[in-house]
Amino acid sequence: MAKVVDARGLSCPQPVLLARKAMEEGEFPIEVLVDTGTSRDNVTRVAQKAGLKVRVEEREGGFVVRIEK
Amino acid sequence: MSRFFASRIGIIVSGAIIGALAALLVLWGNPPNMGICVACFTRDTAGALGLHRAATVQYIRPELIGFILGALLGALLFKEFKPRSGSAPLIRFVLGFFAIIGALVFLGCPWRAYLRLAGGDLNALLGIAGFIVGVAIGVFFLKRGYSLGRSRPVGTAVGLVMPVFALILLLLLLFRVSFGENAPIFFSKSGPGSLHAPILISLAVGIVAGFLAQRTRFCTMGAIRDVIIMRDFHLLSGVLAFIVAAFLVNLAIGKFHPGFAPQPIAHSNHLWNFLGMVLAGMSFALAGGCPGRQFFMAGEGDGDAAIFIFGMLVGAAFVHNFNLAGVPDKIVDGKLVVGGPSLWGQIAVIVGLIIVAAIGWTMREK
Repeated sequence: MAKVVDARGLSCPQPVLLARKAMEEGEFPIEVLVDTGTSRDNVTRVAQKAGLKVRVEEREGGFVVRIEK
Repeated sequence: MSRFFASRIGIIVSGAIIGALAALLVLWGNPPNMGICVACFTRDTAGALGLHRAATVQYIRPELIGFILGALLGALLFKEFKPRSGSAPLIRFVLGFFAIIGALVFLGCPWRAYLRLAGGDLNALLGIAGFIVGVAIGVFFLKRGYSLGRSRPVGTAVGLVMPVFALILLLLLLFRVSFGENAPIFFSKSGPGSLHAPILISLAVGIVAGFLAQRTRFCTMGAIRDVIIMRDFHLLSGVLAFIVAAFLVNLAIGKFHPGFAPQPIAHSNHLWNFLGMVLAGMSFALAGGCPGRQFFMAGEGDGDAAIFIFGMLVGAAFVHNFNLAGVPDKIVDGKLVVGGPSLWGQIAVIVGLIIVAAIGWTMREK
């Protein structure tokens, strides 16, 4: 079961801060729900920088950024 | 294509194009070191609408119209037009209101601070230092859990308010509509408001900048914030490219004049240059984007960013109706008279710092 981080509707940089917090907690995989392209790109970038695998899916008008080790 | 814009090289190229165009706008007629200044241009637009009557700063700035329309274009082409709102709109209005007070005490938003530096105005260093401190204070609040809460998807009409507003402004400008004698639309006959590039050039630059910035998420505040929060230099690389490109263009066209005073439409009152931009930096950080970014987000359908812009528009009117703006340095009888804000301007900055800090301290997601 993936850990779900709901960052929909939050302003920059909160989606990234929430994603980072979940990454630091170390429970993978993580699914970050976002609703803008900006947040999708930012969360993707921060996870890739940490050397993690990222897959993005579109869901319900938003995106799921799935982060795995 | 989408990947290119999200890449490091994408934001560097985009930042450089926007910076070069901004410097060229001065050659084409915009005020010195003010190719693009989102705060100043919002103030000029407020003046053109008669919201304030400072005769030297009244002109509907097509660059800002272009920002909104260019971002709308980028958002529509790449399916990112998403009408949304509901994240503490009233607080966003207040943040916009105080952000522009701080910016106009300094005489420029972060965009112009960087462009002033690229033109050799060393007072910009004080402003940028204050701005960084302001953003750092914002980051402190963010780390404590500051949040304005979530926005929600809303009807298309919300997302179209700003584009329609921009189109109405464009028509008022193009047809130089007059609502009667001594009534708007006003066009400055002297001062910064009278200096402008041809309308279509300004509009085109605005659209290009709006499109590129929407695609790359270019943000003059986020650049600083992301470095402070997580040592992420992505946005900063775009801003550095913006500054370097503007600097190189300034060198090429003979508009680089290093020094503190007198600089065009600037003052060398160091303390208030610094404090004004602390206030602006905090306000932009708590609102999640620099003034340019608020325009780009508004073009993408973000109603909360639109409210922030209306806060800036009203704030600009207050700045000039209540004599809060920084007064530029002057040379009188061969001697330098250092400018800066009036006592009222200083009080407004202090009050702003207290109110914005209170917002940062108290607003958290329920």
